[in-house]
Amino acid sequence: METILQEIGIETYLYLSALLFCIGVFGLLLRRNAIVMFMSIEIMLNAVNLMLVAFSTFHQDAAGQVFVFFSMAVAAAEVAVGLAVIVAIFRNIGSIDVDQLKNLKG
Amino acid sequence: MNTLIAISLLGILCLLLEVFNLRKAIVPVTAVGLAATLVYTISLLGTNTSHYNNMVVTNKFTIGFSSLFIVLTLFLVLLSADFYQKTAHKIADYVSIKIFLLAGGIAMVSFGNMAMFFLGLEILSISLYILAGSNPLSLKSNEAGMKYFIMGSFASAVILFGIALVYGAIGSFDVNQIYEASHSASTVDWFYIGASMISVGMLFKIAAVPFHFWAPDVYEGAPALTTATMSTLAKVVAIAAFFKLNRYLNGNMKEAYEVMLVVIAILSMTVGNIMALKQYNVKRILAYSGISHAGFMLVSLLNVNLYAPTLFYYTIAYATAGMAAFAVVIYVCKDKENEDIEHFRGFGKQNPVLGAVLTAALLSMGGIPIFSGFFAKFFIFNEALHSHYTVLVVFGILNSIIAIGYYFRIIGTLFSGQSVTENKKIPLVYYLVALGAIAINIGIGILPSIITG
Repeated sequence: METILQEIGIETYLYLSALLFCIGVFGLLLRRNAIVMFMSIEIMLNAVNLMLVAFSTFHQDAAGQVFVFFSMAVAAAEVAVGLAVIVAIFRNIGSIDVDQLKNLKG
Repeated sequence: MNTLIAISLLGILCLLLEVFNLRKAIVPVTAVGLAATLVYTISLLGTNTSHYNNMVVTNKFTIGFSSLFIVLTLFLVLLSADFYQKTAHKIADYVSIKIFLLAGGIAMVSFGNMAMFFLGLEILSISLYILAGSNPLSLKSNEAGMKYFIMGSFASAVILFGIALVYGAIGSFDVNQIYEASHSASTVDWFYIGASMISVGMLFKIAAVPFHFWAPDVYEGAPALTTATMSTLAKVVAIAAFFKLNRYLNGNMKEAYEVMLVVIAILSMTVGNIMALKQYNVKRILAYSGISHAGFMLVSLLNVNLYAPTLFYYTIAYATAGMAAFAVVIYVCKDKENEDIEHFRGFGKQNPVLGAVLTAALLSMGGIPIFSGFFAKFFIFNEALHSHYTVLVVFGILNSIIAIGYYFRIIGTLFSGQSVTENKKIPLVYYLVALGAIAINIGIGILPSIITG
């Protein structure tokens, strides 16, 4: 029996996750709201998760799916830390626009 | 393997001591624990094993670097007690995060599987994001935390994408299978894209030009002890992990990869040094100096099979000099708004011992003989010449000369004019850390064969 992966091919998954990853990259580069930047980072990480799962099925190997668990846990920890930083910034300047963070340069 | 477990348990013990209200004991207990782990790790020397389906490996490389990381963390923990005096009720958090950071660092050099590498990398990075923003009332610290977080997670995502592509190409995370694939002719193209992405992400982490823009800002904004952590421990961890990854990843792409490494090494040395010349904040000077040192260390990646001792020697020389310098910088700039070079005016006359230590540390970074910084550079150039990278050596020597310019500017300020620092009793621990670090530095400078032999 043909699996769905054999029917549409592994490349399609690769293109989709590369596309999602690029959306994340551009979101991070272009948007100035800290929360949106966080969401962009999450999209980048989840794009990789999608790819790992696709490859895991492609190779008939469970290691890739286990890795996804690690990467999800890491992403959650990262966001927890990031939100804490945002809260600290909001308390200090009353805004989460990253353009207002311009004290360090030279 | 047991080193990693011991370090993680030590971090948990730190948090438990907080629960049982034994805050005063945290720093001494952690220091003793780290010293014991250090002794244990060194006693493993000579073993060559792998654990848990090759998840963690123990060999000469991992033992050497793990010991170095433990020594550096020991210094950082000793400095913590005085540095966090004003927020002493949170000392358990600060110390335990440093210990977990060390656990991440050890995982990053002793991985035998990309999953372990990625976890180590993230434990290290997330701990550093917290430490960079660990002064929530200061806007500078917030900004540093935010910048480091954005840049760091971006780099981590790129590395993760690379790992996924490498996995896709060969269907395994195991480094031995990756090694075979990187030397076989039938490997899919995804593998090389993945390997390149991992390299780009690691270059972000070690702050090599052109991925260095975050470093000076984050170093300046973060609390001084965090800056010391980042510029000594984190940089050494990242370069050691990058070195180990190179062994497994760049088999078939040798020539193109070498050109890239040479270009990035030359750029890092030059840009780092030239930018440092016009800085007036000591933390920024040390940040740019760290960028240029990253360039020197990248030279050792040109031949990953032979240069491991050279890199190890260089990292010890750089990290101990950095640690000694930061011990003095932390003391002088305590309770000050910024780390302007003017704060150091006349400090050398007022306190000859710490002045001499800072001078020695800067001379070592600049590459003046008897300090190990000279021999570190000498070995690296020597090996680059043997491999016929003459251009690299020419640029390296030119850069060593430029670097003297800004190191001597600090030394000059240190011993001229009237002191602006209040003359009061200096806690003993600053002497301990500064002298301990510089003693290691001079010791391996006099007897390089301890490390390279």
